[in-house]
Amino acid sequence: MSSTPKPYGLLAEFDTAADIFEAAIRVRDAGYRRWDVFTPFPIHGMDDAMGLKNSPVGWFTFIGGFTGFFTGMTMIWYMNGFEYPLVVGGKPLFTPLFAFPVSYELTILLGAFGTIFGMFALNQLPRLHHPLFNSERFKRASDDRFFLCIEARDAKFSDARALLESAGAKAIELVED
Amino acid sequence: MAKSASVPLSAQAATGHAHSHPPAKTVVLEDPPAALVNPPLVLNNRSLGWITNKIAGICENPMPAWWLPAFIGSAGLMGLMYALIAYLVATGVGVWGLNNPVAWAWDITNFVFWIGIGHAGTLISAVLFLLRQKWRTSINRAAEAMTLFAVACAGIFPVIHVGRIWYAPLFLAPIPNSNMIWPQFRSPLLWDVFAVSTYGTVSLLFWYVGLIPDLATLRDRASNRIRAIAYGIFALGWRGSNRHWRNYEKAYLILAGISTPLVLSVHSIVSFDFAVSVVPGWHTTIFPPYFVAGAIFSGFGMVLTLMIPMRTIFKLEDVITERHVGLMCKVILATGSMVGYAYGMEFFIAWYGGSPYELYAFKNRAFGPYWWAYWSMITCNVISPHLFWFKWCRKTMWFVWLVSIVVNIGMWFERFVIIVTSLHRDYLPASWGYFTPTWVDVFTFVGSFGQFMTLFLLFIRFLPVIAISEVKGVTPQADPHHPLGGAKEAHH
Repeated sequence: MSSTPKPYGLLAEFDTAADIFEAAIRVRDAGYRRWDVFTPFPIHGMDDAMGLKNSPVGWFTFIGGFTGFFTGMTMIWYMNGFEYPLVVGGKPLFTPLFAFPVSYELTILLGAFGTIFGMFALNQLPRLHHPLFNSERFKRASDDRFFLCIEARDAKFSDARALLESAGAKAIELVED
Repeated sequence: MAKSASVPLSAQAATGHAHSHPPAKTVVLEDPPAALVNPPLVLNNRSLGWITNKIAGICENPMPAWWLPAFIGSAGLMGLMYALIAYLVATGVGVWGLNNPVAWAWDITNFVFWIGIGHAGTLISAVLFLLRQKWRTSINRAAEAMTLFAVACAGIFPVIHVGRIWYAPLFLAPIPNSNMIWPQFRSPLLWDVFAVSTYGTVSLLFWYVGLIPDLATLRDRASNRIRAIAYGIFALGWRGSNRHWRNYEKAYLILAGISTPLVLSVHSIVSFDFAVSVVPGWHTTIFPPYFVAGAIFSGFGMVLTLMIPMRTIFKLEDVITERHVGLMCKVILATGSMVGYAYGMEFFIAWYGGSPYELYAFKNRAFGPYWWAYWSMITCNVISPHLFWFKWCRKTMWFVWLVSIVVNIGMWFERFVIIVTSLHRDYLPASWGYFTPTWVDVFTFVGSFGQFMTLFLLFIRFLPVIAISEVKGVTPQADPHHPLGGAKEAHH
C-alpha cells in the first residue's frame, strides 16, 4: 500500500564467531535495546554478551508438569476409588502408589508440551514471514555467517551504522519492512 | 593423530600476539601427550559451510540408484505385514501359533524387541546431552528417527494381539466399558499404555524441536519454490535469532532433563508387565534395570546397524568418525556386560531363593525344550559384546556392523526366551505345551522390518540425517574464544 517502504533495520554481516561476539558486546555497551544476533548455532556465552537474562521456559514446564501429575492422581482416584469403587485382589481402592506410574508419565507428557509450546510462545513462533527474509544475504544465517541487526525503532538507530562499521562488519545493508 | 591433536595449540601460538605479553609473564603451554588427547569430533578441520553442504546435500541431491529398489522392497514387506494383519483380524488369533499356556509369544516378543530398540535414540539425545557427551551430536538425529520408527513398529503388536481390535479404543483410552467399569489402574498393562504413548509423543516432539534449525537451513538453501515452502512451513519461521536460541536451548535442556527419567521409566514399566505377575521366570525384582540395560544394548546395536552403511554410502567419515563408532561399541560392551550379569544373577536367585518352581523354570530355560533359544541368546548377548574389549574390533567397520546385527538377534531371542520358556511350563504339568510359530507369525515380524526400513529410507531422502546446527556447535570454529573461531587472542 505505502509507496515508500519503511526501513526495518540495519543488518551487519560478520565472518567469525569471535567477531560477532565482540560486536554484540559493543552494541550492548552502547545501550541499544531493539537489536538481535543471528547465528547458525547457539554461541556459548552470547546471552551474556547481549545482556540477556535467564530464559523463563522452565515456568511453562513446571505448570505443565504440575497439571499432568495432578490430572493423573485425580483421574485415577475418580475412576477407581470414587466413581465405581471395585475391590481387586484385596488392594486399596486408591493409594498414590499404584497411581504413581501413570501420573508420572502424565507429568512428563504435559511438562514436555508446556516446555515446547512455552518456548514457541516466548519466541513468537511460528510465523510465516519476517522482514529479515527480504535480505538475500541473510540466507547464510543458517549456514556459516553471523548477523547482527539493529532495528529502526531503536532510539539510537541513527548512530547504528557507524557503530557496526567500527565493530568490524564485513557488509552492512538496510533491510526494508 | 598427534598432528590433529596439536592443531589448537599451534594455531594459538601462530595467531597470539607475542608482544602483548611481557616475556616474564608468558605462560608456556606444553602439548599434552598425544595419547591423552581425543581426536576432534569433526575430522580434517572442516569449515562450517562444508558441514552444511555435506549434510544438507544428502537430501537435496538425488538419492543413489539403490534407494528406489530398496524403498520398493521395504514398502512391499510393509504391505505384506498389513495384509497379514488384515488376515488376522478377519480370521482370528488362531492364525498365529499361540496356544494355552503360551498365550503371549511372538506378538509380545516383537513388541518388547522394538520398544527396546527405540531406547537408544532418546538415551543418546537426552542422557548423553546431560552428561555433556559432545560426540552425541553426530548420531542423535538418526538415532532419534530410528527410535520413532521402532516405536511405530512396537505399537502395532500389542494392539493386534488382543483379538477383537475394534475394541482397542475402549481399553486404550481411560473411558468406562459397556458395564460402566473404568480401566484398572492397578494393572501394569495400563501403565504400559501411558508409558509407551508418552514416550512416542515426547520422542517425536524432541526430535522435531531438534530439527527446526536444520529445516530452516534447508529452507534457506532451497533450489525451488516447492522445497522452500515445504521446508519453510515446518521450520516455523526459525531465523537463528539469539533471543530465540536462548529459549530454545533452555527448552532443549529441560526436555533432556525430563526425557532421561522417561527413558528409564518406559522399559521399567514394560518389565512390570512381567515382574508383577506370579509366573516363575517373570516374577523377578531384577527386571526393571535388566530390561533398561538390554534396551540400551539393543538400541545401540540398531544404531550401528544403520549408521555404518550410512556413513560409508554418504561419505560421512569426517562427521561420524572412528571415535564415534568406538564410543558406541563401548556402550554396547558396558550394557552387554550388565545384561550378562543379570542372566547370571537370575540363576543365582533361582537357586538361592529356594523356590522349586523358580529353580525349575531356569533349569528348563537352559536345558529344556527351548535350550536352543537360550544358548543363541547367551552366544549373541554375553559373548559377542566382549569382542569390543579389543581395539581392532571397535575400529573395523564391517566387523562392528556384523556384531551389531548379532546383538539384535540376541536381544530378540532374549525376549522370546523370557516370554515363551516361562509360559510353556505352567505349575500344572497337565497344561504344559510347546509353541511353534506359523508362517503368519514369521512374516508379520519380517514385515515390521519393512515398515521400519520404509520410514528410515524416507527419512534419509527428505531430512538431514545429522543435526547440522548441533555438529557446528561442537567445532572449534563455533567457539568465539578459540583461534579457529576467529579469536585474536586465546582466552584460555
